[in-house]
Amino acid sequence: MVYWQLFIAFFRIGIFGYGGGPSMIPLFHAECVKKYNWVSADEFADYLALGNALPGPIATKMASYVGYKTKGWIGALIAILAVSLPVLLLMILLLHFVYALKDSGYVNGMIQAVQPIIGVMMAILAYEFIAKGWKEAANQKGIWLASSIISLAAILLLHIHPGILVGIALLGSFLYSTWQIKRMKEKYPNKGA
Amino acid sequence: MIYWQIFWAFFLTNILGYGGGPPTIPLIQNEVVNHYHWMTVEEFGETLALANALPSPINTKLGGYIGYQVGGVLGAVIAFVATVAPTAIAMILLLRFMSIFRDAPQVKAMMRSIRPIIAILLGVLAFQFFKNSVHAAGWIHTLILGLAGYLLLQKIKTHPALIIAGAMVYGIVFIH
Repeated sequence: MVYWQLFIAFFRIGIFGYGGGPSMIPLFHAECVKKYNWVSADEFADYLALGNALPGPIATKMASYVGYKTKGWIGALIAILAVSLPVLLLMILLLHFVYALKDSGYVNGMIQAVQPIIGVMMAILAYEFIAKGWKEAANQKGIWLASSIISLAAILLLHIHPGILVGIALLGSFLYSTWQIKRMKEKYPNKGA
Repeated sequence: MIYWQIFWAFFLTNILGYGGGPPTIPLIQNEVVNHYHWMTVEEFGETLALANALPSPINTKLGGYIGYQVGGVLGAVIAFVATVAPTAIAMILLLRFMSIFRDAPQVKAMMRSIRPIIAILLGVLAFQFFKNSVHAAGWIHTLILGLAGYLLLQKIKTHPALIIAGAMVYGIVFIH
């Protein structure tokens, strides 16, 4: 039953995801977080960030992550195939038919009309993540605000790839928290030991 | 050994391609056109245009299609696996690693540190989609579709797939 749901969810993402991997992010969120609750919103954001730090296509990375989390290796396989195989088969099998679509004004109109919808879904998702981050930052709102502004400047002005930012943040926070834990242990050597 | 070449070409481009599908396209073109001479630049351009006219991830379409042209069904399978498998497996290993150390304070701090980046990235992507849309379809279509999309998503809670299907119909009727 879950296998079938995985197939259907990722099939829908693949069929309605126009414009490559990034445009499918809101669809992944809609299916995996909102509709089926396979992963929490936090986890989704975390693995989206981690996925961005790894090379390769983002859509199949997200499919393999959600598929594996839900139903192990078979789940991952089903999710990957469902998101990418149907349209690939269509492209190979119906080549002469789909070749005519390439320069069609109708297809062009369809693709253009989907852009603002993806934009709205993306903006809603961004708003939800930012609102949640602000709330959970609690007494560290300054740090949260600073890292958001730095990220924005780095992506928009310096054109640094977000994956690189994620890598730097992971390394920095790992070193800082390790140093903090060490310092706490030196300060209170008997606590918790 | 054509199959080995197919595997290597798509394995390498997707491992080196950073930032999802679209930024990888020039690397694929370099392998397919300049290195292995499987296609001319024009043929590659046609294939890319065809792939862009269809939904679903771009790299699997390019890989599978070019693999099929060069090496038949087996070629398509090999190109598909080379495109998807390495990073899909890396993602799963990362997931397993992270869930083992889920409760370590370091991992919690690491996860907290990346959340603002991804929220900002989504905001930037949203802006780019609107900008592209205004550029391609004009601001009137963008405004109508954006507003309708927002109302359907947030107020009526329509499934996104239905809204996209509706937008496609709108595009066929009003934008073509």
